[in-house]
Amino acid sequence: MAAEVKAPPLRADPGAPQALVPGAMAELKPYVANDKMQQALGFPGELTDGWHERAIGRMGELLDKYRSLKVYMDACVHCGACADKCHYFIGTQDPLNMPVARQDLMRSVYRRYFTLPGRLFPKLVGARDLTKEVLDQWYSYYNQCSECRRCSVFCPYGIDTAEVTMAAKEIMDVAGLGQKYTNEILGKVHRIGNNLGLPGPALADTLEGLEEDVKEETGQDVRFPLDEKGAEVLLVTPSADFFAEPHVDSLIGYAKVFHAAGIRWTLSSHASEAGNFGLFIGNYDQLQKVALRIREAALDLGVKRIVVGECGHAWRVAYSYWNTLTGIGAGGEDPFARMLQQQLDSRYRQPTHICELTWDLIERGALTLDKDANDHRVVTFHDSCNVARASRMGDHPGGQFEIPRAIIRAVANKYVEMPRGTTREQTFCCGGGGGLLTDELLDLRVKGALPRMEALSQVASGHGVNFMATICAICKAQFTKVLPYYGFKMGMVGGVHQLVSTAIRLGPKQ
Amino acid sequence: MGAPMSIAFALLFYAAFLVLVLGTGYRIATYIRTPAPLKIPTTPAPTTRGGVALRLGREVLFFESLFKANLWLWAAGWLFHVGLALVLLRHLRYFTEPVWGWVAWLQPFGVYAGFAMAAGLAGLWMRRIFVARVRYISTPSDHLMLVLLLAIALTGLGMKYVAHTDIVGVKRFFLGLMYFDWQPLPADPVLYAHLVLVALLMLIFPISKLLHAPGVFFSPSRNQVDDPREHRHVAPWAAGLDPKV
Ligand code: HEM
Ligand code: HEM
Ligand code: SF4
Ligand code: SF4
Repeated sequence: MAAEVKAPPLRADPGAPQALVPGAMAELKPYVANDKMQQALGFPGELTDGWHERAIGRMGELLDKYRSLKVYMDACVHCGACADKCHYFIGTQDPLNMPVARQDLMRSVYRRYFTLPGRLFPKLVGARDLTKEVLDQWYSYYNQCSECRRCSVFCPYGIDTAEVTMAAKEIMDVAGLGQKYTNEILGKVHRIGNNLGLPGPALADTLEGLEEDVKEETGQDVRFPLDEKGAEVLLVTPSADFFAEPHVDSLIGYAKVFHAAGIRWTLSSHASEAGNFGLFIGNYDQLQKVALRIREAALDLGVKRIVVGECGHAWRVAYSYWNTLTGIGAGGEDPFARMLQQQLDSRYRQPTHICELTWDLIERGALTLDKDANDHRVVTFHDSCNVARASRMGDHPGGQFEIPRAIIRAVANKYVEMPRGTTREQTFCCGGGGGLLTDELLDLRVKGALPRMEALSQVASGHGVNFMATICAICKAQFTKVLPYYGFKMGMVGGVHQLVSTAIRLGPKQ
Repeated sequence: MGAPMSIAFALLFYAAFLVLVLGTGYRIATYIRTPAPLKIPTTPAPTTRGGVALRLGREVLFFESLFKANLWLWAAGWLFHVGLALVLLRHLRYFTEPVWGWVAWLQPFGVYAGFAMAAGLAGLWMRRIFVARVRYISTPSDHLMLVLLLAIALTGLGMKYVAHTDIVGVKRFFLGLMYFDWQPLPADPVLYAHLVLVALLMLIFPISKLLHAPGVFFSPSRNQVDDPREHRHVAPWAAGLDPKV
């Protein structure tokens, strides 16, 4: 994109229907993965002859393997309930960013090749051949969906465009048209162990540096252990936590919590990444391969508990899929699952979110907290999509909303909610999830942040909010980048455990 | 006319019935057969089977999610479906002898149902025509589906309020079909139109978006229990992918 990236103006009335601007985003495409990146994941290097057959073939397979895709392709009545619910449609006004229109890019092909009316009367039911032009459209618009599931909340059948987008990315990968950002990162996880390509020794150095920093700040010997066999807890966290700002402040927060509670914990150089981009490209094999690293590390280190740091899609994968993919969980009856589940301590939820762990300690009075330390902050909370709409914390539905808020209230005096309809399960995506956190998509990311920025600006001007807490590495990176486009300071975003870190008092209990 | 027309309608309705039942049954069977390999309920989601039944019940009876999405759409859609449901239940009197007690009890409500159904359909169609984003996503078949249902409703209302038809004869014809004791169908153009359109609806049901009716029960984002940490959920095709231990 040559044109300068600019934020759209905040809408005066977010409830009013928006004009459509067809084709507004048609030319925005992420870089294509090169043949090396593709082949590292077992995909064809490029769109070679036969891509069409491969694509239709894989589509058929997916329709047989995933009930979601099958039902979603058939059930949509084009009612339009979802149409105005997507932050990318709101920000770009491109009608192909309406969830139902995005689905129809695939549904039209599904109808053509897999249904009777589509074979006989394509025009009547909106069926299309999968041509190169259609594939290009897929590449543009399936790479403009952050798989945030907001549309699925409002659809009367729960049709989840994220599932369709994932299937489309899988089909494009198999055709030979992969997305560079996601596929390159997956390669790094397999080669090095984390998304950032940070090798073990560098990680050890970084952690040592953090120990020194915290010693200086608190006078306490707070440890950041790596690969310690016999630790009770294995912490798996997004690799951005190791050095990106503001992520690292949350990592310091987790370490202080473990220290204060006297829990022996460790990180793993083999599983130094909670993120799992296999989710974004919808590929079961990749999803499982990446997740298995964590199982291997847990078995190797002999830990009793597995705790996950602040990362939205990672928590979805951990909470919803780890038991399926790796046996991390409970209730497994097969040898593969039992082998690990016998080692894990069944008195704890497996896996546990770091917020569940911290909240548990706070409720038991195990942490000394000085709320006033956060008095320079007026805090609000941004629910991250994958936590809000694809997972849970605690024992009750909605715990994923209550627990992080409860922690914030326990560590800070000033807390303000953003307007209804923009939080909890109706939260708006930050605009950078789903494998879109790449610079060539900046225009989309800035526009997609519009509804969140509108909500934030309401509480910022109305209540003086100056800190937006979140529990997702992608949200943190995305907001750090796009907040300035809307006239906010980039330091306004940070983790929940950054707030914990500020409030927690270490040393002997008084 | 008389006899050939009656035979044509008899054959048409046998065919339409078979397509409706076998076709929809086949589609449902494929939904049952296709596994859902991963846990993907849209959360917050119920943590028990009973909770899921309630969630689906609210979706089917009240269109809960649609209510959150758009009040006008919900109102028109709900009016149409409730009207449709009452009309269909009321129609049971053509197929039962003696008429079941509760169907008889329902008859007075059905009088308004036909109008509710037509009004709802008209509202939905207006939306499709005048709301830009809905117009954008509409295919010709979306419009025709509304036209078809509206035409069924209007011919039905026409028989009831304008040009009365021989209801007793209609009933004799359909009971005759059911018990293979064929009777003549009253010769009435409005009735013919009503029935041809109804047969068309039955024929396209299993190959159209009308599959949303069974589909809602099979949508994993709505029908799954939120318990992935407590139970290991593995689809048959995925079980083979676990590394050997
Ligand atoms: C389990 C039963 C059913 C449920 C839960 C259900 C639910 C819904 C919902 C929520 C919508 C979207 C909103 C709307 O436009 O009303 C819809 C649309 C529609 N339904 Fe149903 N439905 C059911 C059965 C049926 C049946 C039996 C028919 C017709 C024979 C039907 C015909 C339609 C049509 C034509 C639309 C599209 C309306 C439009 O074009 O805007 N539905 N249904
Ligand atoms: C084989 C199936 C059907 C038969 C034999 C049939 C027959 C009839 C008859 C004889 C009437 C006139 C009622 C009167 O004068 O009191 C009628 C009315 C009506 N029909 Fe049907 N019909 C059938 C299916 C349907 C279906 C599937 C629909 C809706 C999709 C429908 C919608 C209506 C409506 C709205 C009315 C007017 C209101 C009412 O009487 O309830 N019919 N139908
Ligand atoms: S999943 Fe999110 S980004 Fe994708 S279409 Fe739905 S609302 Fe838009
Ligand atoms: S809300 Fe659901 S049924 Fe309605 S248009 Fe969107 S995906 Fe289709």
